[in-house]
Amino acid sequence: MSAQDLLVVRGLVAGYGAAPVLQAIDLTVPAGTIAAVVGANGAGKTTLLRALSGMIRPAAGQVLLAGEDLRGTPVEKLVRRGMAHVPEGRGVINELTVDENLRLGGLWRRDRADAGRALTEVYELFEPLARRRRHLGHQLSGGERQMLALGRALVARPRLLLLDEPSLGLAPRVVARTMALLRQLRDRTGLTVLLVEQNVRSALAVADQGVVMALGRVVIAAPADKLRDDVELRHAYLGF
Amino acid sequence: MDRFVFLTIDGLSRGAVYAAFALALVLIWRAARVVNFAQGAMAVAAAYVAYTVSAQTGSYWLGFVVAIVAGLLLGALVDRAVMRYVDHTSPLNPVIVALGLVLLIQAVLGMVYGSEFRPAEAPFSRSALTVGGLAVLSPYDLFVFATIGVVVVGLAWIFARTAVGLRMRAAAFAPEVSRLLGVNVGGMLTLGWALASGVGALAAMLVIPTELGLHPHAMDLVFVSAFTAAVVGGLDSPPGAVVGGLVVGLLLSYVSGYAGSDLTPLAVLVLLLAVLLVRPGGLFAPVAARRV
Repeated sequence: MSAQDLLVVRGLVAGYGAAPVLQAIDLTVPAGTIAAVVGANGAGKTTLLRALSGMIRPAAGQVLLAGEDLRGTPVEKLVRRGMAHVPEGRGVINELTVDENLRLGGLWRRDRADAGRALTEVYELFEPLARRRRHLGHQLSGGERQMLALGRALVARPRLLLLDEPSLGLAPRVVARTMALLRQLRDRTGLTVLLVEQNVRSALAVADQGVVMALGRVVIAAPADKLRDDVELRHAYLGF
Repeated sequence: MDRFVFLTIDGLSRGAVYAAFALALVLIWRAARVVNFAQGAMAVAAAYVAYTVSAQTGSYWLGFVVAIVAGLLLGALVDRAVMRYVDHTSPLNPVIVALGLVLLIQAVLGMVYGSEFRPAEAPFSRSALTVGGLAVLSPYDLFVFATIGVVVVGLAWIFARTAVGLRMRAAAFAPEVSRLLGVNVGGMLTLGWALASGVGALAAMLVIPTELGLHPHAMDLVFVSAFTAAVVGGLDSPPGAVVGGLVVGLLLSYVSGYAGSDLTPLAVLVLLLAVLLVRPGGLFAPVAARRV
């Protein structure tokens, strides 16, 4: 493990009930890079994210964030360690306003001044949200909900962002914009992203590292451009 | 006319207490999706603590404050020691446990204090002031209105304007997402129970002096009325609970004034039935959110 590896996962086993979904996952994400986890439905991608953020307790294995073991850390403490998880379906709280959703993302922070600055930055980054501050979550369009969920995670100024299916149900244009934004955040702020995607092409287009999962295992982890451009690899692991 | 004015004011005064008690029910319903049937018994327990403190120190106000503190602590205790361990997959489980809690609390109070009525003093005169020959509010009524006004406004302020209120709402609406955002959902739940139980204790302190006195069952009928008020308003709506409380208070006052006090329990049930049949979500049912 090198000093630049922000997230290191070793032998992670996790699931719901008796049969584990994840079978000994090994994964390393260097700081300031984007890793895309791709694979078919039921490969365990979402379960992987849920195990990383502690929503389900791993049965075995180790998760290290910047060298610190996260075992036994309660879910609500992880955001204080620098991990933000945007769940599948994006988890915008419908009954709260846009502003309340965003503020919630930074409430835990001691540095109130910087939390305020982060909020302003998110409003600058996502201009449509600024116009809809007082709207309730359920009044937003799919693209706006996506912005809100992403913005809310960014208010916490995370080191590692876990994104579950950000392209789900969105127009290609919105997906492209989201992916471009992730790149931009990586380059500008050094954000590390672990992205779970069904949309293999757009995920690999933006990622530095591609991780292919099948039936609860990592079958290959390779540089994203190699995975994307090497016809043999693509045929073997991605099926197109 | 005199009679109408008197009944209206009496109804609003009782209704204010029902409103506070219904608000406490709504607080727990929103936070934990539990109808806290033990709330009456918990509030009586807090009132007994106040009674003991007041009897020892001779100070009504010390007892009053102690009742609220005891209510807060009891609420937190019930959550942490009992409700936390109840399987919430079936809504019936917490209801049964709450009913068990009622039996337990009332039995313990009966053993410690006996089951005779104990006189509960009111801090202000309960005889009405007359304005222009018309008997209107008593100083005690004013005290009740003011106290409950402060509680309602205070709660609204906490939930709408403070960080902890935002956390409590978020934790209630979306516990899993809230945890991911760093909200201590378990702590917010306990806080919700504590607040609700504190409000319940306050309501008990206000209503018991207007009734027969302190008794382990003193809040039973108040609970029924307040529960009706909460259902009338829609269990999810704090403003609904306040309006529902006032409606129930007025209804009971008119029924007992014009038709006889024997009919009041019946009137409550008829109202409850009517609301459940016509508008089961309550008068203030929120628009169901679109699920995407």
